[in-house]
Amino acid sequence: MPEILVLAAHPQLEHSRVNRVLMQAASAVMLPAASPADLAALPRIEVRDLYALYPDYLIDVEAEQALLAEARLVVWLHPIHWYSMPPLMKLWLDEVLSFGWAYGPGGHALQGKDLWLVASTGGPVESYHPAGYNRYFFDAFLTPYEQTAALAGMRWLPPLLLHGAHRVDEATLAAHVALFTDRLTAYPDWPERAGLEENEECEVPANARPAAA
Amino acid sequence: MEHGTPWLQASLIYLGAAVLAVPLARALGLGSIIGYLGAGIVIGPWGLKLVTDPQTMLHAAEFGVVLMLFLVGLELEPRRLWALRRPIFGWGSAQLLGSAALLTGIGVALGVDWRLALVGSLGLALSSTAIGLGVLNERRLMGTQAGQSVLSVALFQDIAAIPVLAMVPLLAVAGAGAEPGSGWLAAAKAGGVIAAIIFGGRLLLRPALRWIARSKTPEIFTAAALLLVVATASLMQAVGLSMALGAFLAGVLLAESEYRRELETDLEPFKGLLLGLFFIAVGMSIDFAVVLKNPGLVASLVAVFLVVKAAVLWAMARAMPLPVAERAVFVILLAQGGEFGFVVFQAAFGAGVISAEMSSLLVAAVTLSMLLTPLLLVGADRLETRRIAAQGSAPRLAEIAEEQHAPVIIAGFGRYGQIVGRLLSANGHSATVLDHSVDAVETVRRFGWPAFYGDATRLDLLRVAGAGKARVFVLAIDDVEQSVEVAQLVREHFPHLSVVARARNVTHYYRLRQLGVTLIERETLDSALMSGRSVLELMGWQPHAARTKALRFRSHSIALMEQMAPHLGDENRLITMAKQGRAQLDALWASERAERDVRAASAGWQTRAGREAPADDSKG
Repeated sequence: MPEILVLAAHPQLEHSRVNRVLMQAASAVMLPAASPADLAALPRIEVRDLYALYPDYLIDVEAEQALLAEARLVVWLHPIHWYSMPPLMKLWLDEVLSFGWAYGPGGHALQGKDLWLVASTGGPVESYHPAGYNRYFFDAFLTPYEQTAALAGMRWLPPLLLHGAHRVDEATLAAHVALFTDRLTAYPDWPERAGLEENEECEVPANARPAAA
Repeated sequence: MEHGTPWLQASLIYLGAAVLAVPLARALGLGSIIGYLGAGIVIGPWGLKLVTDPQTMLHAAEFGVVLMLFLVGLELEPRRLWALRRPIFGWGSAQLLGSAALLTGIGVALGVDWRLALVGSLGLALSSTAIGLGVLNERRLMGTQAGQSVLSVALFQDIAAIPVLAMVPLLAVAGAGAEPGSGWLAAAKAGGVIAAIIFGGRLLLRPALRWIARSKTPEIFTAAALLLVVATASLMQAVGLSMALGAFLAGVLLAESEYRRELETDLEPFKGLLLGLFFIAVGMSIDFAVVLKNPGLVASLVAVFLVVKAAVLWAMARAMPLPVAERAVFVILLAQGGEFGFVVFQAAFGAGVISAEMSSLLVAAVTLSMLLTPLLLVGADRLETRRIAAQGSAPRLAEIAEEQHAPVIIAGFGRYGQIVGRLLSANGHSATVLDHSVDAVETVRRFGWPAFYGDATRLDLLRVAGAGKARVFVLAIDDVEQSVEVAQLVREHFPHLSVVARARNVTHYYRLRQLGVTLIERETLDSALMSGRSVLELMGWQPHAARTKALRFRSHSIALMEQMAPHLGDENRLITMAKQGRAQLDALWASERAERDVRAASAGWQTRAGREAPADDSKG
């Protein structure tokens, strides 16, 4: 079972400039093996292209949960569309992170895992400003993400963002990809990870919603 | 009839000789033509004397040449002819006229009668299309510049053979003194017949073939194809023109029709066998007494005509210019004499232009030159490897446009294949379409689809359709047996093709699965599920919930089919598994319904609106 699970979602990969390159880079990452015996073992990183796996939006919940249960780091790799995630990624959240599994009574499957968002935006960084056309700092749009991680008891790692994805020059893009690959290869030894505390799991009271049968 | 009819005995001898000699010759690397000639020599009057009257057989077998010209015509789409016009007519005529002129000059200088020299030279200047194209295919040289040049010159010779053959009787007439009066009438008749063939062919042939093909009796279509050639040939003969020219015209007229591939594959075996018979007959008719009497003459004849032709070809190769590495092949493949030479000598002998003795000498010379071709090629290969080893370069491949084909082949263009094809075409992908139903082909052609009439269960036809180079093969044939047969052929001979198949039913699905086809759709599954969705919606389910149920049913059904695949043949096990699978799905959905009912009953945030469907009345 992979240690790093990269969930990639791009509805039009054929038009992608950033995400496709990042997906290819992640697939090519060779994580250092813990022991010589591990060299022959299964790859420790798995990239799942959600739109290729589920073109009919029919998600295999069991398979997704099985992979999540084994992973230590979960990466969400997608472009920001309308200040949020692409629809299939959201459907994945709705169906896979189910009540009683990821949250709520008995829902501890993701407790203690790391969640890392790697996202790109079309708008340039200046647009995410009270004076810009997007009117808010980008962090403001990340609140639902952070709370999702918190509810499932996952540690929210500082996201890796690329703004103005259509216009950045090749050197910037290459540096972005290199940073992404470095982080994946170095995991779990990240400088920024050391300072973070474990997320406290948000307890959902038993009467907050009806229990499953 | 204790000893069998003469017909039976003759078949026994010819077929036996061919079946023994041809594989033997091929195994020795000499090619099938040499094999047929050898068989003829062995069974003829100078061998085992099994056949003593080769002339009768030679006449019958000439029909093989007629068929060959029909097929040459079929190959010559006017468009293709136009694209190759410069190499064909330029280099082709340079080769033929140059060689013939030089050889005639030498002959006349040596004191040979000019008519004999001219006929002999023209016959010797022609090369063997069968050997040339055969070797090119065998060595995959068709795409090289030399390959294309050989093809062009061979095509020109095929066309030029017709006027050459037409000229031979005229030479005889010229010798005997022509009657001036009858010439006009004969010319008018001949012109009338040619016009009739061209216009009649344009107007009548395609509707007639369509009508015949609609009878769906393959052997009748084959019979019609043969009849077409025989009829044109006899029409031409009736007015004293070359049968081969008539067949060639009929072929060109049909080159652009949708029946071209079907006609080609139907007539190919007849052509092959009859041509074989023709070569056998030629072998039998070599008069070895003449050859043995003048061994020096035959040898010098071979040497002179090979050297002259090679010199002309070498000059052409330099002038074109061909890459140095390809020149040897070009020269060797066109230097030898060929089957048309035999026909020319035969015709000349028949018309009384040359003597039987001279004909035997010439045929022997051509045969020897054909025998020498494989040996010369081996020699050239040796030299070439040494040259490449010295230089370290490899021959370049030239790209040609006309051998490209569509990346997708759709076999079966009925209700199923058409939908696949339309989706592809709407998104800018071209496909080669094959269907064995005339009506289907006619209909889709009317809508502008370049569909071809043809039976996809035939390997040769699949090759013509471009299966060797395509990427995807859509198997949309509705007949189960034919579909499985085609799948078998494609898997066996074109393993690089991804097969996307339509299955009529579960048994069909499994048969395709066993052949290694993975992308199979049961033709009714998805449409039935769509209807099921509609029914669920009418029963009060939310449209999106109905969709999800249908999609999950689908993937469950496919997964179950795959699980059952290894147990094919064990019917009891299959029935048990199918029952278990259905029970699993029922149980899963029952538990989901129960969960939903519980949620709906309790005061959660999913109240009225959250219910995806009304609960069963029984559970109220």
